[in-house]
Amino acid sequence: MDAVTSLTYFVPELILLGTAFAALLLDLFIPKKEVVGLTGLAGVLAALAFARCPADAYPLFYGFFLLDPFSFFFKVAALLIVAVTLLAFLAYRPRTESVSFPGEFTVLFLFMAFALILMGSSNNLLMIFLSLEFVSVLSYLLTGFLKKDSHSKEAALKYLLFGSVASGTMLYGMSILFGLTGAIDLNVIHESLVSTAVPQGLVLTSLFLILVGLGFKISMAPFHMWAPDVYEGALTPVTAFLTVGPKALGFAVLVRLLHTSFLHLQSEWSAVLVALSILTMTLGNVVAISQTNIKRLLGYSSIAQAGYILMGLAVSNEIGIRGVLVYLIAYAFTNLGAFLCVILVSNHCGTDEIDSYAGLSEKSPFLAFALTVFLLSLAGIPPLAGFIGKFYVFSSAIQGQFITLAVAAALNSAVAAFYYFKVVRLMYLAPAPSREPVAHPAFLLIPLWIALIGTVVMGVFPNLFIQFVERSLIL
Amino acid sequence: MLIPLQHILIFAAGLFAIGLYGALVRRNVIGILISIELILNAVNVNLIAFSRTTALNPVTGQVFAVIVITLAAVGATVGLAIVLALYRVRRTIYTDEVNLLKW
Repeated sequence: MDAVTSLTYFVPELILLGTAFAALLLDLFIPKKEVVGLTGLAGVLAALAFARCPADAYPLFYGFFLLDPFSFFFKVAALLIVAVTLLAFLAYRPRTESVSFPGEFTVLFLFMAFALILMGSSNNLLMIFLSLEFVSVLSYLLTGFLKKDSHSKEAALKYLLFGSVASGTMLYGMSILFGLTGAIDLNVIHESLVSTAVPQGLVLTSLFLILVGLGFKISMAPFHMWAPDVYEGALTPVTAFLTVGPKALGFAVLVRLLHTSFLHLQSEWSAVLVALSILTMTLGNVVAISQTNIKRLLGYSSIAQAGYILMGLAVSNEIGIRGVLVYLIAYAFTNLGAFLCVILVSNHCGTDEIDSYAGLSEKSPFLAFALTVFLLSLAGIPPLAGFIGKFYVFSSAIQGQFITLAVAAALNSAVAAFYYFKVVRLMYLAPAPSREPVAHPAFLLIPLWIALIGTVVMGVFPNLFIQFVERSLIL
Repeated sequence: MLIPLQHILIFAAGLFAIGLYGALVRRNVIGILISIELILNAVNVNLIAFSRTTALNPVTGQVFAVIVITLAAVGATVGLAIVLALYRVRRTIYTDEVNLLKW
């Protein structure tokens, strides 16, 4: 499809870009930065309203932007995540610097939404690289945003160095793959790999090099080292976004790459992904036990969650792929919700130490209840969203005869329950140092209620979400 | 005389290995950024070599290389900006002295 015809299918993205530049201009003239933030939010919601689920796969812009139900699923996810993050920013008060934030942040997040959509829709190596790098660069900037905070700066530096080396390695893999097949389009690569006698060792080498770059994005061990530092050093709303947005879209790219180009080699990469999945969840859970900072704890927990999601991809049977998407929805609701609670508590206490959660149920019963729901959902307790996601990935592992993987994941869930319950115990059983009530700004309460209702509804009526997932996997 | 593809690939692999080694062992952040540039240049050499030999359409590899060069510049810009900001706060550009966040 040529560029002009494509534009009619490209309305949500155009709205996003238009709003981004408009917000950039508004930021110069309007002293009240909340207006800029709300403009950005309106842009994201308008883009969401104009997004239509396509009935077929449309290769827009000469095949460089694939619009299909799968990319539509991730487009909706990306826009919702960005909308929640923008709302959270409007209420967030950073401790170290009294700068009015929403201005530049709004612009960066609107571009981020666009970059995430590009990631979900990219169907060739060039676009995968380009969109991944787009997201990475924006993430480095968001992480290092606080000018005088040395934690934030250090986190940004580590993120940048890890990220650049990972994407360089990925590019090297892509260049080898391009040499082997002569093409960059994932479908053409698949045809070429199947029809011609390409040395399999080299194909797998290039695939694993590419896996380094994508594994970095989804914080898969052993490329997870940046994650806890960045999650601790960044502003809490940015952390909330980074644990959900780029990770979900990293999985989107991984699913598309493995299932479009490398499905015939599944027996080869599946074993590697099983090993990495076990490593990722074990490492995340074991190290999380000894954490004293809630952001680091949730950071390690999000590494472990990536390990569970990777299970579905490693098995890659029919349930496994559904499991990846279902788990991602559950994880997005739960993790964003948990971080919104963290923002409220850190606005109140001025610290992210776990000790400051002592007696939270006396200071704010609602907040303590909400955080408990989110932590239980992360642990995978039945009537909540996390359980549905775990149910899918576990049943896919058992159906695919990956018994070791299922046992390892079950053991890990038990370990994880320990540190989640540690926070719950502190909130309900430890005495509160003061009884000063926690402030609940409306901007935070709206997304918090959305996340809470999403977590509970998905656990009780999973069909609503499963149908959405089924529809996005139709092609 | 045409240089055989193998020679170019060995050269690129060497360049990649040097870059990766430098990125892993260097203490100076600027040194690491330069090593990352080496990695990206190894990729460019590969892409150009393949665009002349095995590519279905020679333009693909060349365009890819141009975009890699552009994004290398973007990466270097953001990288140097972060290093500069870090230097203002911490007065150091040695990675082993940037150690507030661990475990």
